Amino acid sequence: MNRQSRAKALLGHAALVALSFAYVLPFAWLVTTSLQPDQERSVVPPAFIPAPSAGVEAIEKATGMHLAYEPTLIHYERGLTRVPVLCFFRNTVLVSALTVVGTILSSSLAAYGFSILRWRGRDAVFFIMLATMMLPRQVTMVPVFLIWRGLGLVDTFAPLVAPAFFGTPFFIFLFRQFFLTIPRDLVEAARMDGAGELRIWARIVMPLSTPAIAVVGLFAFLGAWNDFLGPLIYLAHQGRYTLSLGLAMFSTQYGTEFGQMMAVATLMTIPIIILFFLAQKTFIQGIKTSGMKM
Amino acid sequence: MNSNQWKKGLLFISPLLVGFAVFTIYPVAASIWYSFCDYDVIRPTRFVGLANFAELAADERFIHSLWNTLAFTVLVVPLTMLTALVLAFLLNMKLRGQALYRTIFFLPSIVPLVASSVLWLWLLNPDYGLINMCLRPALDVVNALTGTHLTPPGWLVDPAWTKPALILMCLWGVGGSMIMYLAALGDVPVALYEAAEIDGASAWRKTWHITLPMISPVLFFTLIMGIIGAMQFFDQAWVMTPNGQPGDATLFYSLYLFANAFLYLRMGLASAQAWVLFVVIVIATIVVFRSTRRFVYYGGEGI
Repeated sequence: MNRQSRAKALLGHAALVALSFAYVLPFAWLVTTSLQPDQERSVVPPAFIPAPSAGVEAIEKATGMHLAYEPTLIHYERGLTRVPVLCFFRNTVLVSALTVVGTILSSSLAAYGFSILRWRGRDAVFFIMLATMMLPRQVTMVPVFLIWRGLGLVDTFAPLVAPAFFGTPFFIFLFRQFFLTIPRDLVEAARMDGAGELRIWARIVMPLSTPAIAVVGLFAFLGAWNDFLGPLIYLAHQGRYTLSLGLAMFSTQYGTEFGQMMAVATLMTIPIIILFFLAQKTFIQGIKTSGMKM
Repeated sequence: MNSNQWKKGLLFISPLLVGFAVFTIYPVAASIWYSFCDYDVIRPTRFVGLANFAELAADERFIHSLWNTLAFTVLVVPLTMLTALVLAFLLNMKLRGQALYRTIFFLPSIVPLVASSVLWLWLLNPDYGLINMCLRPALDVVNALTGTHLTPPGWLVDPAWTKPALILMCLWGVGGSMIMYLAALGDVPVALYEAAEIDGASAWRKTWHITLPMISPVLFFTLIMGIIGAMQFFDQAWVMTPNGQPGDATLFYSLYLFANAFLYLRMGLASAQAWVLFVVIVIATIVVFRSTRRFVYYGGEGI
């Protein structure tokens, strides 16, 4: 390594460390606020270490700075008693799970019809469907609300979940791209053996498509878990709130209880962070395919 | 045989067709109809012609919400793209620990929007938030040196600072575009750089004449999607300024539309608003498409 490239590497590291610091601090602030007693909060600079120990105290003495605090779960306890967070959690899990199941089934079936099967007008229908992705949600929002209202299903999970069972253009697109890479010979051989199309979908195409299923499942899950506008429009009773809606309402009602707000926000975020570490590759793959193939 | 194929195809996409008819075609048609009507959910629909559009054109708050949204879009889209690009360039350097850095920059983008909005509400708190806690001593130093009297901004409670505050939060969540750019950077053929080096090209020229043109399709894609997304900005604004603000500084288009539809139950007016939004988005997309397309390089294929 020559001197110039070493200097470049050093600069690169310096920039990356500084930026990492900026990107991590909000997370540290989130967790710290949720675990810290209120009275310790306005100390400058804020203490970020949740476990006082002899070593930390020695540094505190030497520098005269306040670094550690005694963690407490009081905000979690209070937050959980003030609003039924566990109930929101159950609702969100239910809505998200149903959305994932519905999306995978309906979108893969439609994608099968748009890729493995050949019929006249197929690609035209596909592109019309894709084009509607450009339509802002605001355009259909009012009439769709009026449909659900007419059916008497406002304040149920049906308006949030049902659309997933009818296929989502973006996910159909992802499945179709994947199905097109499956060797046609496999499908033809199965047909020769007398397998019906549904059987081929279930026994050959889907088992070969686990990466696509993972990407679609993950992004459908994230979409449902994070959705705010849907629950805001449709859900009225607190007992049916999802986490997004529950947290937003909490923040408008108890806007100064930052410890409790951060506790609920932490509880809402943890499952997503865990999911990321379990399925890191799927995350990255999904983002790449959504960006590259368009 | 041929009609059999047709039947099979339609069978597989039949759930989609039903959903498409119920959740897209009918709502689009109904929305056009409502936009010419007065409808408050209780009394029957009444045809009013262009009255909704005329009302919008004369409504100062509506015009204000449109300007707010356009101004926000013009600022937030380039700034988020630039941030994501800088991060992607840094992550693309051959350095140790890149997987860790990548995770750190990416994670904020998957935090649920409502959770990150609540978090930033607290970070941006003028009195006790972390950001002003850091700014205050820094400004004290500046004040002592220059004799000025600068104080940290009020962020979300000061109409002049709300948009910078919201943009700051958006810069934290650019991980998605960053990953797309990073993938595109990895796909640029090494041979191009080698050829340029033989010709004695500087790092700056390589970036300008090789890297940026080669990743231009992804930049273009995120530009268009960014504009469409920013024009519909809703969740964060709803959570972070629930009661609105003096001067309506955070009255974004979608917030006002939502209020008209679901608070004041003016379904016809809200539908008209939605169609105006659609037209604005289409015009913005066409303008951007026309003005940037000649800078987008598709590897000689042409699209």
